[in-house]
Amino acid sequence: MKLLLVEDEVDLLEVIKESLEKEFFVVETVGNYADALQKLISYEYDCILLDIMLPDGNGLDLLAKLKQLKKSDNVIIISAKDSVEDKIKGLEMGADDYLVKPFHIAELNARIKSVLRRKFLDGKNTIELANTRIDMDFRQVWIAGVELALNRKEFDILSYLAVNKNRLVNKIALAEQVWGDNIDGADDFEFIYSQIKNLRKKLKENSAEIEVKAVYGIGYKLIIL
Amino acid sequence: MKLINYTLKYLSIALLLVLSVWAVLFYFRMISEIQNSLDDGLENNKMLVIKRVNKDAGIIERSGFSEHNYQIKEISGKHGLSFRDNYRDTLMWTLNDEEMEPFRMLSTVFTIDDKYYEMKIVASTVGEDDLVESLLYGLILLYVAILSSVLLINNLLIRKVWTSFYQLLRNLRAFRLDKDEGIKTTKTEVREFRELNDSLVVLAEHSVNTYRYQKQFIENASHELQTPLAISLNRLELLAEDETLTNHQLDAVGQVMSTLQRLIRLNKSLLLLSKIENRQYGAVEVVSVVQLVKSLINEYDDYAEAKGVEIELIEEAELNYAMNKDLAAILISNLLKNAVIHNYEGGNIIITIKKYSLTISNTGKTVPLNEERIFNRFQKDSKNKNSTGLGLSIVKAITNLYNYQLNYTYSGRHNFTILFKKAF
Repeated sequence: MKLLLVEDEVDLLEVIKESLEKEFFVVETVGNYADALQKLISYEYDCILLDIMLPDGNGLDLLAKLKQLKKSDNVIIISAKDSVEDKIKGLEMGADDYLVKPFHIAELNARIKSVLRRKFLDGKNTIELANTRIDMDFRQVWIAGVELALNRKEFDILSYLAVNKNRLVNKIALAEQVWGDNIDGADDFEFIYSQIKNLRKKLKENSAEIEVKAVYGIGYKLIIL
Repeated sequence: MKLINYTLKYLSIALLLVLSVWAVLFYFRMISEIQNSLDDGLENNKMLVIKRVNKDAGIIERSGFSEHNYQIKEISGKHGLSFRDNYRDTLMWTLNDEEMEPFRMLSTVFTIDDKYYEMKIVASTVGEDDLVESLLYGLILLYVAILSSVLLINNLLIRKVWTSFYQLLRNLRAFRLDKDEGIKTTKTEVREFRELNDSLVVLAEHSVNTYRYQKQFIENASHELQTPLAISLNRLELLAEDETLTNHQLDAVGQVMSTLQRLIRLNKSLLLLSKIENRQYGAVEVVSVVQLVKSLINEYDDYAEAKGVEIELIEEAELNYAMNKDLAAILISNLLKNAVIHNYEGGNIIITIKKYSLTISNTGKTVPLNEERIFNRFQKDSKNKNSTGLGLSIVKAITNLYNYQLNYTYSGRHNFTILFKKAF
């Protein structure tokens, strides 16, 4: 999988690149409008991460150019501007998603993978991990062919961790994903733990070959046994 | 009071004074003119009568006020020598009016054949009270005529002149900093209005620009802060994945991360506040408060359960309001979040939805909060290190934006009530 990352902030560019390489993506990076345009004309990418505030131009113009080139699918806008107008404009111009900075790495992974699944798994929106299969559209989980009944929150936790398999997911990122953005002001995140505990028990009882591991003080990680 | 009427008020007082003074002066001037002219006439009469008496002495016998306007009688020489001509006002009976009427009378003395005669000649004059009366009526008529013509001119002519002013006023009233580019003005011939128009156009332009810069500043500030925050957060998340870290080090990373999260939230809250106060939240839709509260309770129930707090919803009526959906969610979730955070284990939260109000009531500290200060920015419970101190300010800003009333009361429980304005 080849990704293009368009971001003018060098430090952010590096850290995102580093993280994406952990997912075994091939990541190319550019820091300005002109270079980005050059690359986009010359090469094909599976997914484009596009910052809309660039020193020499607007990312939205780049999106318009991509539309002309018929390459506007699989664009995720990453922006520091949390403005509804920009979001609507970006999505109308063909972007697949709009992610506001600062975001959690886990969230970026989830968005990229969702875009890629839509692109490559023609209609089959599933994730397979060892003997576990997760159907993202129908919200079903099978372990060795047997369906596992999960409540909404358990499913959300499992699927989010599965998208970020082997990666450490910050508990706040997980809480925001599962309980909604409004939960971020909670004074502690212990409440996540009871759902995780149930999920772990169900996975173990049904001999799943995956496990939710707690990482001390930070969050959780899904590993393949 | 309208400017037109305001000037009219003072004009009427001033006019009354001027007219009164003028009337007094006019009266005395006129009286003296009348007397002068009458006196001249009497003098002339005197000479005519004396001339006729010299020709025909019988006139003296025939004189008398019953037939003539003069009366002659003989007087002693001693008396006649010391006599001086004099004019005075007197009253005489008149037949036509059948009452005493004012007359001007000349008394004089002449001699014929060494005999002295005193002659009195009269001429009818105007009565002072009659004069004063008719002058007063004339004045009142003049006063009313002037005032009503001024009023008429003001209302017809000046109103026309003021049209551009009232038009400007309407435009000013309709002017919205967040929507309009500037103020529209209408052409006017009056220099003062033209200057007012020009000044307001400049003022509006300046305000719109300042507003735009401010908006730009908020967005720039957002960009400038969000990006370094993003770098730090993502860098820390990558660092935490390092397998070689000890638990002790992970703990430190976790602490920095949660501090950073707080900073991120603080920045978000500040931006949110500025956006609300700058009315940058447009899209309004009808929000079902009941549905929204239910979904928020669903988001919060695990959190509340972990804190040992029970949430109860009392639904007395449907409550639908047109507002921005995101802001509605922020409004209620901030109150709900507070009700959980400032609660104790075994406590509860009761949410009551009535026809026009939403009340979130929670158990908590047994001391009432300071009503004056709770909605201020950065007013926070020092024990809660995770609070931004902006939650209730945001609630206040949202209720202000939509003109909802926000009340806090303490009844052994802490009650926050939002009174939605009556549906219209």
